Amino acid sequence: MKEHDEKPLRDFLKQALPPIGETAPRRDLWPELLRRLEGPRAAVPWFDWVLAAVTLIWLLLFPEAIPVLAYHL
Amino acid sequence: MELLDRFAAGDLEAFEELFRQFQKAIYGWILRIVRNPAAAEDLTMETFLRMYRARARFDPQGNFGAWVRRIATNLALDHLRRARREVELPSTMPAAPEADPVLPHQLREQVSRAFAQLPAKLRVAATLALIEDRPYEEIAEALGISLGAVKSRVFRAVRKLRARLERLGIRP
Repeated sequence: MKEHDEKPLRDFLKQALPPIGETAPRRDLWPELLRRLEGPRAAVPWFDWVLAAVTLIWLLLFPEAIPVLAYHL
Repeated sequence: MELLDRFAAGDLEAFEELFRQFQKAIYGWILRIVRNPAAAEDLTMETFLRMYRARARFDPQGNFGAWVRRIATNLALDHLRRARREVELPSTMPAAPEADPVLPHQLREQVSRAFAQLPAKLRVAATLALIEDRPYEEIAEALGISLGAVKSRVFRAVRKLRARLERLGIRP
Protein backbone atom coordinates (compact mmCIF):
# COMPACT_ATOMS: atom_id res chain seq x y z
CA MET A 1 0.00 0.00 0.00
CA LYS A 2 1.29 3.43 -0.91
CA GLU A 3 1.59 6.17 1.66
CA HIS A 4 -0.87 8.39 -0.27
CA ASP A 5 -3.49 5.62 -0.16
CA GLU A 6 -3.40 5.77 3.63
CA LYS A 7 -3.77 9.54 3.84
CA PRO A 8 -7.59 9.77 3.70
CA LEU A 9 -7.91 6.95 6.23
CA ARG A 10 -5.32 8.61 8.51
CA ASP A 11 -7.23 11.92 8.40
CA PHE A 12 -10.52 10.14 8.99
CA LEU A 13 -9.13 8.18 11.95
CA LYS A 14 -7.66 11.32 13.49
CA GLN A 15 -11.08 12.93 13.46
CA ALA A 16 -12.66 9.92 15.17
CA LEU A 17 -9.73 9.27 17.52
CA PRO A 18 -7.83 12.54 17.98
CA PRO A 19 -4.10 12.17 18.64
CA ILE A 20 -3.08 12.47 22.27
CA GLY A 21 -1.39 15.80 22.84
CA GLU A 22 1.22 16.70 25.44
CA THR A 23 0.02 15.05 28.63
CA ALA A 24 1.02 14.06 32.16
CA PRO A 25 -0.44 11.81 34.88
CA ARG A 26 -3.23 13.46 36.84
CA ARG A 27 -1.50 12.77 40.16
CA ASP A 28 1.88 11.95 41.62
CA LEU A 29 2.28 8.21 41.03
CA TRP A 30 5.39 7.79 43.16
CA PRO A 31 3.68 7.18 46.56
CA GLU A 32 1.49 4.42 45.15
CA LEU A 33 4.39 2.92 43.23
CA LEU A 34 6.36 2.79 46.47
CA ARG A 35 3.43 1.05 48.21
CA ARG A 36 3.27 -1.54 45.43
CA LEU A 37 7.01 -2.02 45.59
CA GLU A 38 6.92 -2.72 49.31
CA GLY A 39 3.80 -4.88 49.12
CA PRO A 40 3.73 -8.61 48.37
CA ARG A 41 3.99 -9.71 44.76
CA ALA A 42 0.71 -10.79 43.23
CA ALA A 43 0.57 -14.54 42.73
CA VAL A 44 -0.34 -15.94 39.31
CA PRO A 45 -3.99 -17.12 39.52
CA TRP A 46 -4.46 -20.90 39.26
CA PHE A 47 -6.72 -20.37 36.25
CA ASP A 48 -3.80 -18.85 34.30
CA TRP A 49 -1.70 -21.96 34.96
CA VAL A 50 -4.55 -24.20 33.78
CA LEU A 51 -5.00 -22.05 30.68
CA ALA A 52 -1.27 -22.19 29.92
CA ALA A 53 -1.23 -25.98 30.37
CA VAL A 54 -4.27 -26.48 28.14
CA THR A 55 -2.76 -24.22 25.45
CA LEU A 56 0.55 -26.12 25.59
CA ILE A 57 -1.18 -29.51 25.29
CA TRP A 58 -3.32 -28.20 22.46
CA LEU A 59 -0.26 -26.93 20.59
CA LEU A 60 1.56 -30.23 21.11
CA LEU A 61 -1.43 -32.15 19.74
CA PHE A 62 -2.11 -29.72 16.89
CA PRO A 63 1.20 -28.04 15.93
CA GLU A 64 -0.37 -26.76 12.72
CA ALA A 65 -2.36 -24.36 14.93
CA ILE A 66 0.82 -22.50 15.98
CA PRO A 67 0.83 -20.04 13.00
CA VAL A 68 -2.89 -19.35 13.54
CA LEU A 69 -2.31 -18.63 17.23
CA ALA A 70 0.75 -16.49 16.46
CA TYR A 71 -1.30 -14.48 13.97
CA HIS A 72 -4.00 -13.72 16.50
CA LEU A 73 -1.71 -12.91 19.43
CA MET B 1 28.66 6.47 40.73
CA GLU B 2 26.39 7.30 37.82
CA LEU B 3 22.62 7.34 38.18
CA LEU B 4 22.07 4.20 36.09
CA ASP B 5 24.77 2.32 37.96
CA ARG B 6 23.15 3.26 41.26
CA PHE B 7 19.76 2.17 39.91
CA ALA B 8 21.16 -1.18 38.75
CA ALA B 9 22.65 -1.63 42.22
CA GLY B 10 19.17 -1.20 43.77
CA ASP B 11 19.47 2.39 45.04
CA LEU B 12 15.88 3.54 45.68
CA GLU B 13 16.77 7.23 45.41
CA ALA B 14 18.26 6.64 41.97
CA PHE B 15 15.09 4.78 41.01
CA GLU B 16 12.94 7.71 42.15
CA GLU B 17 15.09 10.12 40.17
CA LEU B 18 14.68 8.00 37.04
CA PHE B 19 10.96 7.69 37.71
CA ARG B 20 10.63 11.48 37.95
CA GLN B 21 12.62 11.90 34.74
CA PHE B 22 10.74 9.36 32.66
CA GLN B 23 7.23 9.04 34.11
CA LYS B 24 5.68 11.74 31.93
CA ALA B 25 7.12 10.31 28.71
CA ILE B 26 6.17 6.75 29.63
CA TYR B 27 2.67 7.75 30.74
CA GLY B 28 2.18 9.64 27.47
CA TRP B 29 3.43 6.69 25.43
CA ILE B 30 1.12 4.23 27.21
CA LEU B 31 -1.83 6.62 26.97
CA ARG B 32 -1.31 6.83 23.21
CA ILE B 33 -1.71 3.05 23.06
CA VAL B 34 -4.49 2.39 25.58
CA ARG B 35 -6.26 5.79 25.35
CA ASN B 36 -7.53 5.52 28.90
CA PRO B 37 -5.93 7.79 31.55
CA ALA B 38 -6.69 5.53 34.55
CA ALA B 39 -5.30 2.45 32.80
CA ALA B 40 -2.30 4.45 31.60
CA GLU B 41 -1.49 5.54 35.16
CA ASP B 42 -1.79 1.99 36.43
CA LEU B 43 0.38 0.63 33.61
CA THR B 44 2.96 3.38 34.16
CA MET B 45 3.38 2.25 37.76
CA GLU B 46 3.50 -1.39 36.68
CA THR B 47 6.17 -0.54 34.10
CA PHE B 48 8.43 1.05 36.70
CA LEU B 49 7.73 -1.73 39.16
CA ARG B 50 8.81 -4.39 36.65
CA MET B 51 11.75 -2.29 35.64
CA TYR B 52 12.93 -2.05 39.24
CA ARG B 53 12.50 -5.76 39.81
CA ALA B 54 14.45 -6.50 36.62
CA ARG B 55 17.20 -3.95 37.38
CA ALA B 56 19.84 -6.67 37.76
CA ARG B 57 19.39 -7.52 34.08
CA PHE B 58 19.81 -3.90 32.97
CA ASP B 59 23.15 -2.91 31.50
CA PRO B 60 23.94 0.62 32.76
CA GLN B 61 25.74 1.27 29.45
CA GLY B 62 22.54 0.45 27.56
CA ASN B 63 19.71 2.70 26.43
CA PHE B 64 17.51 3.16 29.49
CA GLY B 65 14.77 5.03 27.63
CA ALA B 66 14.42 2.31 25.00
CA TRP B 67 14.39 -0.42 27.66
CA VAL B 68 11.65 1.19 29.73
CA ARG B 69 9.60 1.98 26.63
CA ARG B 70 9.82 -1.67 25.54
CA ILE B 71 8.50 -2.80 28.94
CA ALA B 72 5.74 -0.18 28.79
CA THR B 73 4.71 -1.21 25.27
CA ASN B 74 4.51 -4.89 26.19
CA LEU B 75 2.38 -4.11 29.23
CA ALA B 76 0.09 -1.86 27.19
CA LEU B 77 -0.24 -4.58 24.56
CA ASP B 78 -1.15 -7.14 27.23
CA HIS B 79 -3.70 -4.71 28.62
CA LEU B 80 -5.34 -4.34 25.20
CA ARG B 81 -5.42 -8.11 24.77
CA ARG B 82 -7.08 -8.60 28.15
CA ALA B 83 -9.52 -5.75 27.77
CA ARG B 84 -10.25 -6.10 24.05
CA ARG B 85 -13.92 -6.77 24.54
CA GLU B 86 -14.48 -4.50 27.50
CA VAL B 87 -12.53 -1.37 26.56
CA GLU B 88 -14.31 1.21 24.52
CA LEU B 89 -12.06 3.82 23.01
CA PRO B 90 -13.24 7.11 24.47
CA SER B 91 -13.80 9.67 21.76
CA THR B 92 -13.50 12.46 24.30
CA MET B 93 -9.75 12.11 24.85
CA PRO B 94 -7.82 15.36 25.09
CA ALA B 95 -6.99 16.25 21.53
CA ALA B 96 -4.10 18.10 20.03
CA PRO B 97 -5.13 21.67 19.28
CA GLU B 98 -5.22 21.16 15.52
CA ALA B 99 -7.43 18.04 15.78
CA ASP B 100 -10.88 19.52 15.42
CA PRO B 101 -13.43 16.69 15.37
CA VAL B 102 -15.78 17.29 12.47
CA LEU B 103 -17.30 13.81 12.25
CA PRO B 104 -20.77 13.34 13.71
CA HIS B 105 -20.73 11.73 17.15
CA GLN B 106 -22.37 8.49 15.99
CA LEU B 107 -19.87 8.07 13.17
CA ARG B 108 -16.96 8.66 15.55
CA GLU B 109 -18.36 5.98 17.84
CA GLN B 110 -18.65 3.52 14.96
CA VAL B 111 -15.09 4.17 13.83
CA SER B 112 -13.80 3.89 17.42
CA ARG B 113 -15.59 0.58 17.86
CA ALA B 114 -14.30 -0.79 14.55
CA PHE B 115 -10.79 0.25 15.53
CA ALA B 116 -11.12 -1.33 18.98
CA GLN B 117 -12.06 -4.64 17.37
CA LEU B 118 -8.69 -4.94 15.62
CA PRO B 119 -6.34 -7.55 17.09
CA ALA B 120 -4.25 -5.86 19.79
CA LYS B 121 -0.90 -6.07 18.02
CA LEU B 122 -2.35 -4.57 14.82
CA ARG B 123 -4.15 -1.90 16.81
CA VAL B 124 -0.99 -0.79 18.61
CA ALA B 125 0.95 -0.48 15.34
CA ALA B 126 -1.93 1.34 13.63
CA THR B 127 -2.53 3.71 16.57
CA LEU B 128 1.10 4.72 16.80
CA ALA B 129 1.67 4.95 13.03
CA LEU B 130 -1.60 6.33 11.68
CA ILE B 131 -3.05 8.36 14.55
CA GLU B 132 -0.01 9.41 16.55
CA ASP B 133 2.31 9.72 13.52
CA ARG B 134 5.21 8.05 15.31
CA PRO B 135 8.11 7.02 13.07
CA TYR B 136 8.10 3.36 12.08
CA GLU B 137 11.63 2.94 13.48
CA GLU B 138 10.46 4.09 16.90
CA ILE B 139 7.47 1.72 16.81
CA ALA B 140 9.70 -1.17 15.76
CA GLU B 141 12.08 -0.51 18.64
CA ALA B 142 9.26 -0.22 21.19
CA LEU B 143 7.60 -3.43 20.02
CA GLY B 144 10.88 -5.29 19.58
CA ILE B 145 10.09 -6.20 15.98
CA SER B 146 11.59 -5.37 12.58
CA LEU B 147 10.66 -2.37 10.48
CA GLY B 148 9.12 -4.72 7.93
CA ALA B 149 6.95 -6.31 10.62
CA VAL B 150 5.65 -2.87 11.64
CA LYS B 151 4.78 -2.05 8.03
CA SER B 152 3.08 -5.41 7.67
CA ARG B 153 1.02 -4.87 10.84
CA VAL B 154 -0.05 -1.39 9.75
CA PHE B 155 -0.96 -2.73 6.30
CA ARG B 156 -3.05 -5.55 7.81
CA ALA B 157 -4.70 -3.16 10.25
CA VAL B 158 -5.65 -0.80 7.43
CA ARG B 159 -7.04 -3.66 5.36
CA LYS B 160 -9.12 -5.03 8.24
CA LEU B 161 -10.31 -1.60 9.26
CA ARG B 162 -11.37 -0.68 5.73
CA ALA B 163 -13.30 -3.96 5.46
CA ARG B 164 -15.06 -3.35 8.79
CA LEU B 165 -15.90 0.24 7.90
CA GLU B 166 -17.18 -0.77 4.48
CA ARG B 167 -19.49 -3.31 6.12
CA LEU B 168 -20.87 -0.38 8.13
CA GLY B 169 -21.30 1.63 4.93
CA ILE B 170 -18.44 3.99 5.83
CA ARG B 171 -15.92 4.88 3.12
CA PRO B 172 -13.15 7.18 4.32
